[in-house]
Amino acid sequence: MKYGRYPFVVGFLAPGLILYVLFVLSPFAQAFHYSLTDWTGITPEFEYVGLQNFEQLLNDSIFLRALRNNAMVLVFVPAVTVFLALLFAFLLNVGGGATSAGVKGIRGSGFYKLVFFMPQVLAIPVIAVIWSVIFEPTSRGLVNSALGQVGIGPLGFLSDPALALWCVMWVLVWGSVGFYLVLFNAAISSVPREIFEAAVIDGAGRAATFRKVTLPLLWDTVQTSWVYLAILALDIYALVAVMTAGPGGPDNATQVMSLQIAQNGFNFGRAGYASAMGVVLFFLTMVIAVIMLRISRRDRIEF
Amino acid sequence: MTTTALPKLGPEEASPPAGEVPSWERRRADSAATALSHAVLALWALVVIVPFLWALLASVKDSREIFGSPWRLPTEWHWSNFSDAWERGRVGEYLLNSVIVVTGGVLLTMLFGSMVAYVLARYEFRFNRLIYYVFAAGMMFPVFLALVPLFFVVQGLGMLSTYHGLILVYVAYSLPFTVFFMHAFFRTLPTEIAEAAVVDGCSHTGVFFRVMLPMAKPGLLSIGIFNVLGQWNQFVLPQFLSPEKPVLAQGIASLLAQQRYEGDWGTLFAALTIAMVPVVIVYLVFYRQIQAGLTAGTMK
Repeated sequence: MKYGRYPFVVGFLAPGLILYVLFVLSPFAQAFHYSLTDWTGITPEFEYVGLQNFEQLLNDSIFLRALRNNAMVLVFVPAVTVFLALLFAFLLNVGGGATSAGVKGIRGSGFYKLVFFMPQVLAIPVIAVIWSVIFEPTSRGLVNSALGQVGIGPLGFLSDPALALWCVMWVLVWGSVGFYLVLFNAAISSVPREIFEAAVIDGAGRAATFRKVTLPLLWDTVQTSWVYLAILALDIYALVAVMTAGPGGPDNATQVMSLQIAQNGFNFGRAGYASAMGVVLFFLTMVIAVIMLRISRRDRIEF
Repeated sequence: MTTTALPKLGPEEASPPAGEVPSWERRRADSAATALSHAVLALWALVVIVPFLWALLASVKDSREIFGSPWRLPTEWHWSNFSDAWERGRVGEYLLNSVIVVTGGVLLTMLFGSMVAYVLARYEFRFNRLIYYVFAAGMMFPVFLALVPLFFVVQGLGMLSTYHGLILVYVAYSLPFTVFFMHAFFRTLPTEIAEAAVVDGCSHTGVFFRVMLPMAKPGLLSIGIFNVLGQWNQFVLPQFLSPEKPVLAQGIASLLAQQRYEGDWGTLFAALTIAMVPVVIVYLVFYRQIQAGLTAGTMK
């Protein structure tokens, strides 16, 4: 042990560790604790109520609605995003010609990547505001004025309970596709080109090369993306909070768990109850991450 | 994720292998496929870019023209929308708040994060693995679980709606990924130079600041970009912890609510433009580093 090592180690760990314990670990631990109480968040005193909050959650129709909406987002957003990102990655990589399939790429692929990725660098409220004006329910909204030209509408995109959640999901997909495209594309470029050349020499066409060679090599990346998108779907908040009426409306059609936690915790004086929702969200996140990683686990291909 | 750069093939090597000369039909099918690929990709490019162009155009129109003739240039350019947004819409104030908080937040995140990561990566001591896993686990926690108690922690410290409160919370929530990323990076750096510095009488602290940090520049750049964008776009934390001192993302959201009521849409779009343009310019200049930095984050 060299002189002065321990003070150094402790000194270097201290600032980061103190902040992390104070603002991250302790609130998480407290949330588990408060989930067993009837704490209002307004006055300091509270009673322990056991699992009563969780029982109540099972009968809370708004929370169940939120859960169902989160499930919808969880199913559709990752599926559509991964599908589009893979499609675009396929087009970028095989559109350029069969002789160098998967490597040469289409002309202008840099431009496409530049544009597709752009929503990713902007704050979600910025995107949400633009889209909520585009989706204006009256005929003056951008989409509605276009639909009006062909004699449809006007549709109440964000004011119709049947459409509102789909609009929110669309914006989430719209903003995410570029990120995953760039991710998949980077994974494709890291595959040695001999593999693609071998496929071409063996007479594989572009589509076959993509399906039989590129996709299996990409599988690891796709599976990680799926977990990321699932967590994003469970955590969805800013889009709903900015775009929808209420927020969460119309008629709870866009309620999601994060919004319920915020409303119960800060507006309705039910901090204990909101913490119980947070605990449910936590376990769902964990379960989904584990399940996704198990289901999609295939033999990893090393190269 | 492996990002090994592959050598570009020369002209001879790129030509089709002998005996594999594409037939005329094949070549025609190829160019048809290429055209179709371009059509699909260009369509999505339009879907992405049109909303931004429309918002840009709307920032110099009045409310009537924004909705009445969305695709025409304004008959009269309403530059006053920008001064309205800046002063009456308080965008100038929000922008300043964002700049202060993100500057402080990113600098402290990088400093504290690399310090923790370095010690965990390069020194053996009790609880090293435990501390590492506790930090790494933070990447998986949904922030909404912590939100309500976090509010009361920050309130208890008297830090609601303060710069330092927001900065410290940003740092705490950026640490897990920063520590995780820099830990992996410090592991890849060679040990010889640090050892030589120690032999020359350099202290542990000196080795870190004068030898290791300069060597870690590429890693610091990637994680720095990641943190700048992440903290600049942060919305959930300030929404609840800093209601009286809104950052730009919050300000934009509240302007939407306000303009719905007042019907002054030109001001809203001018505010959006002020929020978007600097980020887009930074993106266009550094887009390779940004794309690499953000995606590298996911795959570690």
